[in-house]
Amino acid sequence: MILQIFDWVLLPVIVALAWRSLNDRDLFRAVIKFIALGLLLAVAWVRLRAPDVALAEAAVGSGLTGALILSALVRMRRREQAATSEATGGIEVMRRVSIGILSLALFAALCWAVVALPARPTGLTEASLARLSESGVTNPVTAVLLNYRGYDTLLEVGVLLLAIIGVWSLRRGELPAADLSDRPLLLSLLRVVLPVLVLAAGYMLWIGAFAPGGAFQGGALLGGALVLLMLGGLARRVVNRSRLLRAGLVLGVLVFAMVCAITLLLTGGFLQYPSGSGGAWIMVIESAALISIGLTLGLLYLGGRPTGGQGDSADRSSSDHA
Amino acid sequence: MSVLDVLTGLLLTAAVFFFVAGTVGLLRFPDIYSRLHALTKADNVGVGLTVLALMLQAENGSEIFKLGLIWVLVLVASATVSFLIGNEAYRRGQKPWTRGTP
Repeated sequence: MILQIFDWVLLPVIVALAWRSLNDRDLFRAVIKFIALGLLLAVAWVRLRAPDVALAEAAVGSGLTGALILSALVRMRRREQAATSEATGGIEVMRRVSIGILSLALFAALCWAVVALPARPTGLTEASLARLSESGVTNPVTAVLLNYRGYDTLLEVGVLLLAIIGVWSLRRGELPAADLSDRPLLLSLLRVVLPVLVLAAGYMLWIGAFAPGGAFQGGALLGGALVLLMLGGLARRVVNRSRLLRAGLVLGVLVFAMVCAITLLLTGGFLQYPSGSGGAWIMVIESAALISIGLTLGLLYLGGRPTGGQGDSADRSSSDHA
Repeated sequence: MSVLDVLTGLLLTAAVFFFVAGTVGLLRFPDIYSRLHALTKADNVGVGLTVLALMLQAENGSEIFKLGLIWVLVLVASATVSFLIGNEAYRRGQKPWTRGTP
C-alpha cells in the first residue's frame, strides 16, 4: 500500500523533472534537473526489481553523463562569450516544430511497442533460469550478458571503443588545470575516495557473478575516479602516457575477441565456453572490459584527445614563462 | 513488531525531520553560506540516522559495514564539496549575509 503510494508519487515527479530539464531557460539548472532525473530513474528501476539497471543508471546515466553535460555546458558558455550568434526567428520555430514532431513520433512508437507486448511474458526467462547452473555464474543478468548473449556485449564494448575513437578524432581536449595548493581539502578527499573507488570497482566486478554488479557498473566507478583525478589536476602524468592509455582502451575488445577465437577453437562454437569453465572465462572478459570501460568513460569527460607531445612542451614553456 | 523495528521507525522519523529542515533551509536561507550550512545538516545527520536505522535491519556484518562506508563517503564528500562551493563563492566576492542587509 505504502509502496504503491510511493510509486504514484515517483512517476509524476519523474515526468515533471524530465519536462523541466528539457525546457528550463537556465541551462545549468536544466542539467542539475537532468542529474536528479537520473537518480529518480534509478529508484524507479529498483522499484521494477532491476537493481542491475538501477546501478548502471545511477552511475552512468546520472553521474558520468551529468559530468559530461556539465563540461559541455562550460565549453558552450566560453564559445558564446567569444561570439554571440543570433538565431533567426523563423528557423528557430521550424527547428522546434520538427523536434516536437520527431519526439511525438518516438513517443507513439514507444506506446505502440508497450501495447503490442504480450500480456503474459512468453520470453526465454524460464529456459535461461533452468540452465543457470551451467552458465558459470549465479546472477542471471550476468549469465545473459556474458554467456547466453555474449555476442551483444562484445558489440557493446566495441561501441564504447568507437565512441572514444570518434571523440578523439574530432578535437583535442585540454586537461582542467586545477591548483590544489590552496584547496587542501580536495586533495584529502581524493586521498580517501580514490582507493575506495578502485576497491569498489573490483568488488562490483567480483560480485557481478552472484548479485547485481558487473563490469559496466564497476567501470563507471573507475571512470568516476578518473574524472575526479582530472578535476584535481592530478591526471596529467596518467593521461600523457599515450601508448599505455590506448592499450587500456582496446584491452576489453581485444581480450573479448581473443576469448571468442579460443572458444571457437576449443568447442567449435562462437563464445561457447567449455562446459564447467564458464565462470572463469566470464571473469577474464569482465576484468579486461572493466579497465577499458573505466578508461573510456573517464576520458570521454575530456571531450577530445588528450594533448600529448605538443601540448606537453607548450605546457612546459608556459610554466617556464610563469 | 520487535523493538528493533520500533527503533528503526524512530530513527527514520528523526532522519526525515533533518532532511525536511535542511531542505527548508536550502530554500529559505538568505545567502549561499547559510544555505550550505543547512544542507550539511541534512547530509550528515539525515543520512547518518537513515544509515543507523538500516543497520538495525541488516542481516549480517558485511551489510552493516557497507552501510557505514556509505555514510563515511557521504560525510567526506559533502564536507569537501561544501568547502569548495563556499571557497569559490568567497573568492568571487559573495558577501556573507548580515542582519540588516536586504
